[in-house]
Amino acid sequence: MLRTGALDMDIDDPRPIPEPTLLQAPPEPDPRPAMPPQPDLPLTDPSVLSAPTMLRVDRLNLFYGDKQALHDINLQVARHSVMSFIGPSGCGKSTLLRCLNRMNDLIDNVRIQGRVLLGDTDVYAPETDVIALRKRAGMVFQKSNPFPKSIFENVAYGLRIQGQRDKTTLEEAVERSLRGAGLWEEVKDRLKDSAQGLSGGQQQRLCIARALAVRPEVILMDEPCSALDPIATAKVEELILELKREFTIVIVTHNMQQAARVSDHTAFFWMGKLIESGLTEQLFTNPGHRMTEDYITGRFG
Amino acid sequence: MRQFDQELKDLRDGILAMAGIAEEMIDLTNQALVERSKAKADQVMALDRRMDEWELKLDRLCVDLLALRSPAAGDLRLIASSLKIVPEIERIGDHCCNIARRATYVHPPILSGGLLERMGQETRGMVRWAVDSFIGSDAGLARTVIAADDSVDELYGRIYRELLRLMMTDPLCIERASHLILVIKNWERIADQATNIAEEVLFILEGRSAKHPYLQNAPPDPNIPSE
Repeated sequence: MLRTGALDMDIDDPRPIPEPTLLQAPPEPDPRPAMPPQPDLPLTDPSVLSAPTMLRVDRLNLFYGDKQALHDINLQVARHSVMSFIGPSGCGKSTLLRCLNRMNDLIDNVRIQGRVLLGDTDVYAPETDVIALRKRAGMVFQKSNPFPKSIFENVAYGLRIQGQRDKTTLEEAVERSLRGAGLWEEVKDRLKDSAQGLSGGQQQRLCIARALAVRPEVILMDEPCSALDPIATAKVEELILELKREFTIVIVTHNMQQAARVSDHTAFFWMGKLIESGLTEQLFTNPGHRMTEDYITGRFG
Repeated sequence: MRQFDQELKDLRDGILAMAGIAEEMIDLTNQALVERSKAKADQVMALDRRMDEWELKLDRLCVDLLALRSPAAGDLRLIASSLKIVPEIERIGDHCCNIARRATYVHPPILSGGLLERMGQETRGMVRWAVDSFIGSDAGLARTVIAADDSVDELYGRIYRELLRLMMTDPLCIERASHLILVIKNWERIADQATNIAEEVLFILEGRSAKHPYLQNAPPDPNIPSE
């Protein structure tokens, strides 16, 4: 743009007109690298620095027998944020998700080194109560898995096994959870019906309601929409954005647009390693790592 | 080559084709001015139609790519910036037409020292380098273009003052000088267009906006409430 002042009236200006600069040879190309190196951790994001950390993974290594499935993972998830794990099949993202509430305990031959902190709780400390831990970090799976019970009993299940017997308390908790999962209006008149009669999308939201009923702090979702049609997927995604006001959410997804739509932060894994994590917008417009760029633009492998 | 990569290549090739037309129009405009050639000026106008056709075609291609491919990272930056580069190139064509239309009204020459030719050539150099920085993914060259804009602005100011002086001295040259003021204004705009293209090239290459550097590290405006 023309600067102010360029047209100032000074018609007697005796200065000679400067020699054109452009007709000389161009200077050497800028030697600076086109893409500056980016830190591996999302520490550049001020919201991560200011928000309290809900989940923290420190130097986590995981072995299935002799095979190492996770290599030295360091990661933080801020409270009331959504973090997506993306990466090709077998990259370790679901394995890491299951480490966060010790679902891997159920698999034989698993050995874990390093530390996972849920709030101030050391997840793998010997004194940690695993049942209490999973109450704080609920899980929603790829395939909806309602129990062969009524809709009401599915949602009330977690409270019942905690010993809750009071009918009013259970009814309130069921309504609150179904509303939280955006399912109440669709099922309020048939709470006694079998959960198996719901559509796939409704079943998945029922599983989310079941996870909400015990008032967790963290919700872990392992490809929650991969079996749903686009309309049901959109409902679950809207729900995730609602839920992050109250909960912290970690979601594993193969759908990169989904990661882009719902998450504040995204972490990209490859071969059991965390390649890059950071603000979702940043990772999808200007990733710091070549492998991330190749993966999200579909040029991987 | 994957279909998507082919489509991205089509987009790049299209922008190069448009830029080629722009450079041809600038050359013809310069010649029309110097040679007082109506034929050359007519050629400029004729090329503008091809420019407009390319703009429509590339606009559609960009929107299709966004809709169908959900591009990310470098692909996304290329497409988003192309949506801005294409109209910049098209505007260069429009400015050339504005200049060429006046080619026969600015004679006999009133400016000495080849000033007018120099303005055209400096501007032409900026456009050429902006295009080269896009082709060669050359961030250093793009920065050179942005820095060169000041030189064209300076030249514009000098010629403008000279024209005012001439008009005050000799009322017979007022008509030609008035046309010349519009001619140099259009050259100056073309140099801005080249600068804008170079800024988009930097965004494609580095992922950060190169625009308005004074805002990049500025404290927030106290009059605008923060979120």
